[in-house]
Amino acid sequence: MIQPLSRTQITWRAAQDIPDGSYVNLGIGLPVLVANHLPADREIILHSENGIVGIGPAAPEDAADPDLVDAGGQRVTLRPGAALVDSAAAFGMIVGGNIDITLLGAFQVASNGDFANWDSRHPWKGPLVGGAMDLAAGAREVRVIMQHTTKDGEPRLVTQCSYPLTAPGVVKRLYTDLAIIDVTAEGFVAREIAAGLSHEDLSAKTGAAIAVAADCVTLTAPDL
Amino acid sequence: MRPACYSFLRRRTVGQTLQTTAAPRHYRVKRSFTDGRNNVIDKQMNSAADAVADIPDGATIMVSGFQGSGMPNALLRALVDHGAKDLTLICNGAGPHGTQQARLTDAGQVSKLICSSARGRSDEPTPLERLWRAGEIVLELVPQGTFAERIRAGGAGLAAFYTPVSVGTDLAEGKEAREFDGRSYVLETALKADFTLLRADRADRLGNLGYRGTQINFGPAMAAAGATTIAEVGEIVDVGSFAPECVQTPGIFVDRVVILPDLR
Repeated sequence: MIQPLSRTQITWRAAQDIPDGSYVNLGIGLPVLVANHLPADREIILHSENGIVGIGPAAPEDAADPDLVDAGGQRVTLRPGAALVDSAAAFGMIVGGNIDITLLGAFQVASNGDFANWDSRHPWKGPLVGGAMDLAAGAREVRVIMQHTTKDGEPRLVTQCSYPLTAPGVVKRLYTDLAIIDVTAEGFVAREIAAGLSHEDLSAKTGAAIAVAADCVTLTAPDL
Repeated sequence: MRPACYSFLRRRTVGQTLQTTAAPRHYRVKRSFTDGRNNVIDKQMNSAADAVADIPDGATIMVSGFQGSGMPNALLRALVDHGAKDLTLICNGAGPHGTQQARLTDAGQVSKLICSSARGRSDEPTPLERLWRAGEIVLELVPQGTFAERIRAGGAGLAAFYTPVSVGTDLAEGKEAREFDGRSYVLETALKADFTLLRADRADRLGNLGYRGTQINFGPAMAAAGATTIAEVGEIVDVGSFAPECVQTPGIFVDRVVILPDLR
């Protein structure tokens, strides 16, 4: 039986790969939940585009401060040693190359590292780009967290994005419910695959060629 | 007690903003030293309505704020009541329906919106989304860091800058591209405004501002980029009570201050 990861488990798994001492920016949606699973023995500094360096845990409801919000508008706390800056400085940190890793959501990722996450071509919803292009162009490493396929079962991993790009050629690693995949010069390479899923099964759910690393292991996460 | 208010002398200067279609007029507020006994600068205004009363139709307005923090809601409410039309609004996110900022767009007062997000959160189109689809409002979508930097550049007297952000995407279309050290960049032009509306936590009569938490966001950049900058604050403090190194927006960028104790 195939054992895909739950959304929470994907975020847990992505959190385990963030090195001690990193400065990290988590995109809104699924990526921001990675903050709940950062290993306690690592010192990881979370950056928010609206000017926080050093986000702490989510604010308890009775202590939520409307003037301490993260990029998604969630009321947060500050960790000891945090700094608050203005938006121009916060984006200077991003585009200036000071963010070690950004984790972003996506509609599609292509095997050359292109990805699309801002324009869903919705018939009436207004456009929203936010800080996605800045993070994609400026962070030292771009990782993506997303479901492997759409709700209709269409692949999100493709040879070429059909949605408008956020940035070309920047995604290095992908975390999905089915696998952890590196984007290499040769295309997608699976590093970990969910239990019960064969390479053929994975290929069938992937819209581009996907190789399996020689040292590929089973993708696991604790029950969360 | 609020110190006596001194009149403001308005001087119109002829000039063009760098990136506006609305052909706005530029207003510059000069501080006047009308009191022979104590020459003091006092930027306090009696009300939000007074502070926005001279915003003309066609003006370009910057509005600070991010996810509800630092939104100048009293000034926005006053601007809705004031009724200026054909505005170019420069604000990061077109607020969710029901916010003061959304009231401004919903009321049809905005003809052009420059922002990084114009998306509502509901399952139905917001009034802004309807206006956009109907072609009644022009939207210029800008990556948020580019948005912030265009404003910062405008306040710093720069005309434009090259950024790697948006290269290879639809948002770079039509923009001048150039390579530096083997990396591609696009040219982005600066943004300036006739009026900037922002919220801070506290001010002195010189217009020095301090912010709470994430209120700061676009405040400092927009304060510098606005020909006339209006701040609403929760508290007025005595001159000298700010530690100089803790002034986050110096009064040199601020023309009017409205004190709203209810904000705190």
